[in-house]
Amino acid sequence: MAKQVLSKANMIWSGLILALFLIVWVLMGAGIINSYYESTIFTICFNIILAVSLNLIVGICGQFSLGHAGFMAIGAYSAGIVTKMIPNLGGLLLGILIGFAISAIAALIVSIPTLRLRGDYLAIATLGFAEIIRICIQNMKITNGAAGLMGIPKLTTWPLLFFAVVISIVVCTNFVRSAPGRACIAINDDEIAAEAMGVNTTKYKVMAFVIGAILASLAGSLFANYFYVLNPNQFTFNKSIDILVIVVFGGMGSMSASVIAAIAIGLLNMWLQQFTDLRMIIYGAALVLMMIFRPQGILGTWELSIERFLKNRKLKKERA
Amino acid sequence: MEELLKVTGLSKHFGGLAAVSGINMEINRGELIGLIGPNGAGKTTFFNLLTGVYEPSEGLIELTVDGKKQQIGGLKPYKITSLGLARTFQNIRLFKSMTVLENVKLAMHKNAGYGVFSALLRTSKYYNAERWIEEKACEYLSEVGLYRKRNELATNLPYGEQRRLEIARALAAQPTILFLDEPAAGMNPQETDELTALIRHLRDKYNLTIVLIEHDMSLVMNLCERIFVLNYGQLIASGTPEEIQNNEFVISAYLGEEV
Repeated sequence: MAKQVLSKANMIWSGLILALFLIVWVLMGAGIINSYYESTIFTICFNIILAVSLNLIVGICGQFSLGHAGFMAIGAYSAGIVTKMIPNLGGLLLGILIGFAISAIAALIVSIPTLRLRGDYLAIATLGFAEIIRICIQNMKITNGAAGLMGIPKLTTWPLLFFAVVISIVVCTNFVRSAPGRACIAINDDEIAAEAMGVNTTKYKVMAFVIGAILASLAGSLFANYFYVLNPNQFTFNKSIDILVIVVFGGMGSMSASVIAAIAIGLLNMWLQQFTDLRMIIYGAALVLMMIFRPQGILGTWELSIERFLKNRKLKKERA
Repeated sequence: MEELLKVTGLSKHFGGLAAVSGINMEINRGELIGLIGPNGAGKTTFFNLLTGVYEPSEGLIELTVDGKKQQIGGLKPYKITSLGLARTFQNIRLFKSMTVLENVKLAMHKNAGYGVFSALLRTSKYYNAERWIEEKACEYLSEVGLYRKRNELATNLPYGEQRRLEIARALAAQPTILFLDEPAAGMNPQETDELTALIRHLRDKYNLTIVLIEHDMSLVMNLCERIFVLNYGQLIASGTPEEIQNNEFVISAYLGEEV
């Protein structure tokens, strides 16, 4: 096992990830990345977690969900409420865990009946679910209703967020490259054949849905502890669509595509700030052009892989 | 001979139409069975009833699992598969976005032997199980002669090879009884001959019981030890290939009656 974990590809990945982490950390410390750029980077990180987890549900398992903002809201409010009472890292951890529990239960309750639905029917059902969550939050005392929470301690730091992003990506890719992940891809390809080959389709759809929901809740918790304020209007239908746009823009079924798309769209949004009025028009036009000229997304189903890169290089060397 | 599958009074109605009605059948372990009949006779519906795609309207389907008889009619397809019954499809249903190897690996799903937590944490259980699955999947692919094409996308294979991949995939589900729905459809005579040899070889090597639907009479007469004939949803004859060839009901079902 040690040999597989310490493979060359894994070591190179770890090196690259560590380097990226340190570079950004040092630049933040030195003040070269100011708070404006910092908030862009953090937003990109939240979106990466949300996009890879939604990709697991939509791209890998083929279940069209528009409820991701609902799970994010659960995580955000859990962490927000707990850290207001216990304003330290322990409180944040507790808040995250409570968010996990609630979102997992909510995902189970929603998914068992609704995953019998397909395509657009499922989309409407999950959309309805996210709205129910939002309306609940808007009307509960503990969440302070429509006014929302204020003065949430800022506990989300760069190391913590970066760690969460890496964990989320690892969870999603490990899942995809395993027997349960193969089962989900098979369900996406041909549900009847998958079931005939011994796959309990309901079980694996629910599994993908719950893992996706838990990761969305993680993103929500960290989000709440970065932006100080929470209100129900941050978690409307539009938020779910924003996440879906990243997944489709990158390429359904490819985790690296979701990461790249989250970064690309984050930078595009930052650059478009200067156009104020025209911002949404340019953004919309970019999406339309993308869908016309590259409907499968930036990468399609292609994955970045250092293992493949090393293999190809070895082959070339052998031939030479 | 040990009885493996017993079907009693099996019927399926779609509204007013009886697609399959009152079929009785016994299949013994190790047999090679042919199921024939004109188009629309209810052969595929019968397969779908046995494999759980449809729920029977009436009747019993009993499969012998570990020496005990078990009613499988109306169970979910994945449960039936886990009891040792696997199938291929008439209209090929491969997983299109997967490679040839992954298609076979998927079918070994129930024997993967690790859960989602081992997968997420990549425990040594995961690595050992995945290595075993890979070896085993390659073995099944070698059996059907597709080992060299294991890294190609399943959809990029020519038609005859897709049919063979379906067989390898069904084999990987480690069945005791294998159902092949028109395995030779669209194959040329040479490919059909190779398929005949392959089916016989697989039966002997894996101790399988094989039931196949086929329109290619030379394959059926060559290969099958017993043949059942369906017409209008009813079983009109059963017996050895010689008996079937001389059965007047069968001849009239296929050729029509003299006026």
